[in-house]
Amino acid sequence: MTDMASLMEDRAKPGTPKDPRKPVNWDSPDIARRIKKRYGADRRFKMYGLVAILMALAALLTLGTSIVSKGYTAFFHTYVELEIFFDPAEIDPDRTNDPAVIGRANFDGLIKQNLRNHFPDVTGRSELRQLYDVISGGASYDLRTRVMENPSLIGETRKVWLISGDDFDMLNKGFIDAGGEEASRRLSDAQVGWFQRLVADGAVEKQFHKRFFTGGDSREPELAGIWGAAVGSFYTLIITLLLSFPIGVAAAVYLEEFAPRNRFTYLVEVNINNLAAVPSIVFGLLGLEVYLNLMHLPRSAPLVGGLTLALMTLPTIIIASRAAIKAVPPSIRQAALGLGASKVQTVTHHVLPLAMPGILTGTIIGMAQALGETAPLLMIGMVAFIVDVPGGVTDPATVLPVQIYLWADSPERAFVEKTSAAIMVLLGFLILMNGFAVYLRKKFERKW
Amino acid sequence: MSLTFLLLAIALLCALSFFFGRQRAVGLSGGRYSNLHSLPVHYGVYTALWCGLPALFIVMVWYGFQGTIIQALIVADLPDSLTSDPGQLSLALNSIGLLSEGRGAHLAGAAPELIDAGRRLANLKSIASGALVVVMVCGALLGLIFSYRKITKDMRARNNVERIARGLMMICSAIAILSTVGIVFSLMFESLQFFTKISPLDFLFGLEWSPQTAIRADQVASEGAFGMIPLFVGTLLITFIAMCVAVPVGLFSAIYMGEYASPKFRAVAKPALEILAGVPTVVYGFFAALTVAPFIRNQGSLLGLDVSSESALAAGLVMGLMIIPFVSSLSDDVMSQVPQSLRDGSYGLGATKSETIRNVIFPAALPGIVGAVLLAVSRAVGETMIVVMAAGLAANMTANPLQAVTTVTVQIVTLLVGDQEFDSAKTLSAFALGLVLFLVTLGLNVFALKIVKKYREKYD
Amino acid sequence: MAVVTARAMTDGTSAQAPKMAVRKLDLFYGESQALYEVDLDIAEKQVTALIGPSGCGKSTFLRCLNRMNDTIDGVTIKGNVTLDDRDIYDKAIDVVQLRARIGMVFQKPNPFPKSIYDNVAYGPRIHGLVNSRDELDEVVMTSLEKAGLIKEVKDRMAEPATGLSGGQQQRLCIARAVAVSPEVILMDEPCSALDPIATAKVEELIDELRSNYTIVIVTHSMQQAARVSQRTAFFHLGKLVEVGDTDQIFTNPKDERTKGYITGRFG
Repeated sequence: MTDMASLMEDRAKPGTPKDPRKPVNWDSPDIARRIKKRYGADRRFKMYGLVAILMALAALLTLGTSIVSKGYTAFFHTYVELEIFFDPAEIDPDRTNDPAVIGRANFDGLIKQNLRNHFPDVTGRSELRQLYDVISGGASYDLRTRVMENPSLIGETRKVWLISGDDFDMLNKGFIDAGGEEASRRLSDAQVGWFQRLVADGAVEKQFHKRFFTGGDSREPELAGIWGAAVGSFYTLIITLLLSFPIGVAAAVYLEEFAPRNRFTYLVEVNINNLAAVPSIVFGLLGLEVYLNLMHLPRSAPLVGGLTLALMTLPTIIIASRAAIKAVPPSIRQAALGLGASKVQTVTHHVLPLAMPGILTGTIIGMAQALGETAPLLMIGMVAFIVDVPGGVTDPATVLPVQIYLWADSPERAFVEKTSAAIMVLLGFLILMNGFAVYLRKKFERKW
Repeated sequence: MSLTFLLLAIALLCALSFFFGRQRAVGLSGGRYSNLHSLPVHYGVYTALWCGLPALFIVMVWYGFQGTIIQALIVADLPDSLTSDPGQLSLALNSIGLLSEGRGAHLAGAAPELIDAGRRLANLKSIASGALVVVMVCGALLGLIFSYRKITKDMRARNNVERIARGLMMICSAIAILSTVGIVFSLMFESLQFFTKISPLDFLFGLEWSPQTAIRADQVASEGAFGMIPLFVGTLLITFIAMCVAVPVGLFSAIYMGEYASPKFRAVAKPALEILAGVPTVVYGFFAALTVAPFIRNQGSLLGLDVSSESALAAGLVMGLMIIPFVSSLSDDVMSQVPQSLRDGSYGLGATKSETIRNVIFPAALPGIVGAVLLAVSRAVGETMIVVMAAGLAANMTANPLQAVTTVTVQIVTLLVGDQEFDSAKTLSAFALGLVLFLVTLGLNVFALKIVKKYREKYD
Repeated sequence: MAVVTARAMTDGTSAQAPKMAVRKLDLFYGESQALYEVDLDIAEKQVTALIGPSGCGKSTFLRCLNRMNDTIDGVTIKGNVTLDDRDIYDKAIDVVQLRARIGMVFQKPNPFPKSIYDNVAYGPRIHGLVNSRDELDEVVMTSLEKAGLIKEVKDRMAEPATGLSGGQQQRLCIARAVAVSPEVILMDEPCSALDPIATAKVEELIDELRSNYTIVIVTHSMQQAARVSQRTAFFHLGKLVEVGDTDQIFTNPKDERTKGYITGRFG
């Protein structure tokens, strides 16, 4: 920049400046060309932005369609209609009609017997075992409840819809290619043949799969349901809410309204901001070490899950509540204080009610996050295989996202649709919660 | 004696105390409440607090230590042959636990000392819960009597109540500190155990990771290898891929939303983008493993490339998708804070929109954007479910996005899901990894928040 | 684009054809009207001052002259504004080019968070007015010189402009506007954020710039209008009440409202 310096020397001399430049001819073709180019660049830049958004939305759409297209079939399941002779000799030889006696009866054998009757040409042991796969092992439980509710069935012959095995369900839904090589599919040619005979008889039908919503987990895809996980999620969220909401709101009120500007307050604020960004799995390690190893609380329990998630949700609730409290104009506080209300009264009578919609919105969003959280719960053992629906906060349980993780890991083809369907249910809950939060925000939106 | 019952009992006691306290104040006032210093309600709340808080405190402390103390008592009575080996001990304790709850039918043939201990455990547990009720009720009654007798006409019940409320609120906000302390201590405690077995240098700079220790000591590789560099490389590779997706897409989305989009378009597209942030990570993991990974593999094989079915690319792409709204909303915030006067200055000189954005707004917002990207990196490093479901387990040291790599979080999950043995380096190493993860993300966050904060101050 | 050379004599008070002319200008913010049928001529190489009580629409009017209101949502405009007899709201007119020809200086100094040099060089760069680094140096120097800032900043060209004092920042903004070699410079209360000494310098500068540029200045200070302008327009409640030579407006206003304002009865 040496010439620059000399240039400056010249310029620094006093005297009225003259413009050495010719005036710009704004209508010259040069300028016109340049402006055209600049507008081109502008359009391109705008397009990059639009493309970016469209790409993100397209990815979202792909995600949605891939899950819905894989999962919608899970809400219906293949049932097979079979003529069942409710053999008194098998079920209740002494005609006691005692539920305890009926409960002990071998309904599994009954179904197998009737299957053999339906396919009299099947004889070999291994062939028969293949035949039995047509009907799910869970069908016997359905039959048992049916007879227990209605003992008059004993001795009758009825056509009954029985739940099919998962592989035949997949075959019926077209996920298993009936025409392909025998070795490349899970069903033998003979099994496909029997099933096609049943189809030809009109004895195969897809029915609404209630069990998916009411059942607990199972190793058999056709028997697995999300109710156990949903209840586990419910208990976990209740614990999370009961802990994080009062504590979070109290902390926010303290920090916003009472806390003096000192090192303690500063420390709390720094900690809240950092906790909000700590990876969730680290909270899982904390839960494992403190709640399980140190306090010996029960493993896999919603109580521990809720305690862990409460710590994670706390920063979200505190930050949202502080924002809501801050938005209440100081004039309202001054008015209350001016009437002789104490600080606590001002806060409880005026500030909190006015901030409540905002606080609730933040809480619901925090709860939605907690509902979708998986990683920390893996650490505290909520990943166990649990068939029973939990009856309390200390029973072993799993939650919806962990159930999704477990099913996604299962090798059976039928679990793919179960997983997708469970995701649809989970997303449904999340949409409901977030929708409610948006509704609250819209309804109570206030311009001060 | 369930926790629910105890809490209900405390609530009932509180209600009773409230009633007593209020009655006494009303009685003292002689019918005119203005004779009292505070409203009768305040006296009621005062006694209720004095009754409920000690009881609650007792229950919490009891639950915190009961398990540890009872276990110590049981262990003390077990024969040395069982307690000397930690593995055996935990097995024995498990059996004892089952026996005490009457669920140990399959353990009928267990050693007599175990059955004995099981019975003792059941006994201790019932004693403990009985004692808890007695102690809790005593505490509550003492509090009630103490506060009841303190009530006079001139007692400043409201001020007392408010002081207690303020203290409680302070304790609530201190929980934020306690969580951090809890995290640091639980990670440090187990990590230090780990470092007595494996040298920290080997852990931090070792190039091989294979934590599967053999069951028998004479098997090959019975020691396992705990070098975390391969995990770190894998984490960085996937994070890098994620950032390659999230930063440009997020940034350009934010620019378009903030500067170009019509209000109508924004009203639709912005919430739609935010949906991406609300989708649970386990869903992304499923998407990555079942849709994206096979797609990439098929495309790769069409091109003659050998793509692993658990490629880093699939996990990274989907993670990037997850982080897009994070980057876009943070940088949108930052760019909208650039004052209008700067835009006016640029438009007033005849700059086009893109020139203004590129030459004025973006440079002015750059520090804030860097902070946002750092926060996003920390998010990606700590993300667990996507990589658990879509990335591999083998600790390969590679920069090839088509191969399988593993990450720190994947290893933590793998090591801790299933059997945990808190005496083996294998289980403990998860905590050491957790500590490293915590420190790295903490560092990134502190640094990023500092930048963003400084930036905010500049334009406030 | 055909160049229209015919110049009509539209205003009797000015010997020369006006540089800019405004006819029947109405402006609406959404539903509410902010300007009513404003007619005004702006003479070349003169300083025209717009005065009036706050909220009278003078700043809004100024922003119509280089279409800065385009950046605000919900603003609609009726009537026409011409520059050298060409309607600037015409579809064929390019707003980017227009703003290069009609520069603007804002109320609060708004230097970009870049170096002093880059601030001044910004305009010539984006419009491609220079072909070499030397030429750009020359333009920057000349502009800073015209803004009377060269002595103060010649040793700190690479330093951030935000480090300058308020008055220096405002003169830098003027230099930045001048660097594009505009024909008209609009100034929106350029001294309202400055102390009296800085104000005096900027006023002096405006007087010097008059020899090369047409200047329109909005000011809330009647003394300033009297000091720097040749013509003055008085706005009240969105209407142009009176316009004339500055001397005449201040010594012998025709309208009662003008008289009331300049004698300080309301404002």
